[in-house]
Amino acid sequence: MADIDDAAFVNSDNRASAPAYAEKLAYLESLEVESPQDQRDRKLGKRVWTSLWPKVLAIVIVLAIWQLIHVSGWKKDIFPGPGATLANLWDQLQHGLLWHAIRTTLQRAVIGFGLAVIIGAVIGALVSRIKPLRAAVGSLITGLQTMPSIAWFPFAIILFGISTTAILFVIILGAAPSIANGLIAGVDYTPPLLLKVGATMGLRRFSLYRHLILPASLPAVIVGLRQGWAFAWRSLMAGELLVIIANQPSLGVLLSSDQDQADMQSATAIIIVILIVGILVHTLFSMADRSVRRRWGLTGNI
Amino acid sequence: MVRQVISVAVTDRKAAPPVGTSVRLTGVSKVFGRGTSAVRALEDVSLDVAPGEFTCLIGASGCGKSTLLSLVAGLEEPTTGEVSTSGGRVAFMFQESALFPWLTAAGNVELALRAHGMNKAERRRRTAELLETVNLTEFAGKRPHELSGGMRQRVALARALAQDADVLLMDEPFGALDAMTRDLLHDELDRICAGRQLTVIFVTHNVQEAVRLGDQVVVLSSRPGRVVDKFEVPIERPRRIDSAEVAELAARITDRLRAEMSRVG
Repeated sequence: MADIDDAAFVNSDNRASAPAYAEKLAYLESLEVESPQDQRDRKLGKRVWTSLWPKVLAIVIVLAIWQLIHVSGWKKDIFPGPGATLANLWDQLQHGLLWHAIRTTLQRAVIGFGLAVIIGAVIGALVSRIKPLRAAVGSLITGLQTMPSIAWFPFAIILFGISTTAILFVIILGAAPSIANGLIAGVDYTPPLLLKVGATMGLRRFSLYRHLILPASLPAVIVGLRQGWAFAWRSLMAGELLVIIANQPSLGVLLSSDQDQADMQSATAIIIVILIVGILVHTLFSMADRSVRRRWGLTGNI
Repeated sequence: MVRQVISVAVTDRKAAPPVGTSVRLTGVSKVFGRGTSAVRALEDVSLDVAPGEFTCLIGASGCGKSTLLSLVAGLEEPTTGEVSTSGGRVAFMFQESALFPWLTAAGNVELALRAHGMNKAERRRRTAELLETVNLTEFAGKRPHELSGGMRQRVALARALAQDADVLLMDEPFGALDAMTRDLLHDELDRICAGRQLTVIFVTHNVQEAVRLGDQVVVLSSRPGRVVDKFEVPIERPRRIDSAEVAELAARITDRLRAEMSRVG
């Protein structure tokens, strides 16, 4: 405390009057800092409405176009209108089968994506740290990323048979490269100035990663996760159509049996379900992304 | 001088008696690149900074001031010559505050303490103390983007002080601030330096600022950077940047700087 006491003593000694100094300081701060009260005052309801109405409008327009095509009579016998399709969807939602299928599919998605995150993170960490490894497999990772994951299925089915493992294997191959690349990009683009600060601060090795490089990588990591999810979801859908496991209803199995029975209403209803799940998860990632950006002050509107 | 009297009165600083120099550069040259594209940033620079002394480096852009600081910080190695800092730790402050955007003001200060293995309770106490030193107690929970430029630099200063360094390197730390905020920060820096045995090397473009703050002002030439002159600043503290004495010495240094710049072209 001696420092502070001395400092306070010198402070009052140095200046004509300490209160005037504090006032000047407070004034300057009031000029420069935007009050956070403004944003709290914004009504929640209004905010939700602002973000919601364009989406509602878009859905209405899509339904309207759909209805128009239906009314125009194009492929009238097999192409259902939105009314019949949504009724079919509503009907399926009353029964256990669809929910069972959604549960199975989501379970696979979570397990597959989770494993992809772990594997992608380990690979990303190793590649970003070890130079020869990067030279060896850096471009391979990017290559894997561009590989259509459906091409892996023959390989996976021969290797693991018609099983959940085959599906998970392809999900991991689809998602892990994006996740690894996100981490590598984040590490690579850690601002050099921050690294300089870290070095003079005495952050070394593990603590340098824990306190500086990993947090600095977070935005890039989230982008990688989001992209990884998109690949995982696609791989999963392809997998469920190709790898039909008996007695395990999944969205892919329902879709496939709709195809066999030429049940266009149900097929379209399932497609809508798949679309909605994809959008919901994507929204979660966007929210995480936005929250990081807001906390870091990377957005225009704080 | 006020400063020396107080530094004797402060007891919780390390007991090591001040040796003759805190930072010494002997015949230091630094060349970047090689062959025809080589750039000679510094040439045969020798400089002694006594413990507790506030040294301002001044010169046109391209005089290798920032390189010199990086050498003292140990972030770069000199091509020839020797840089020695007498034992202690070195902290660095930049023109951009370079705060970690994912941490609050307090978090930024605390991380510097944590890097030195201080325990949690002690860190809390010390962080609060340091934020009070820079008059930011109320803003402890704010993130860098919620703070003004001047406040960010004060957090950066608190973070540098948290490193408990013997040498503080400042690379145009107030260069991006408006005059009024800068003036305020000069006062704070004066007060903070008066309370501790802190050796400061402060790089600036601004001659008045150098005279306002420094015990000595070192004038560097451009391309390559060389020490062309040194000025002692005998003006009593507290100083004002708009005082006649500061203006008078600043004018002399500016003339010297001009002569040097016109010589180089």
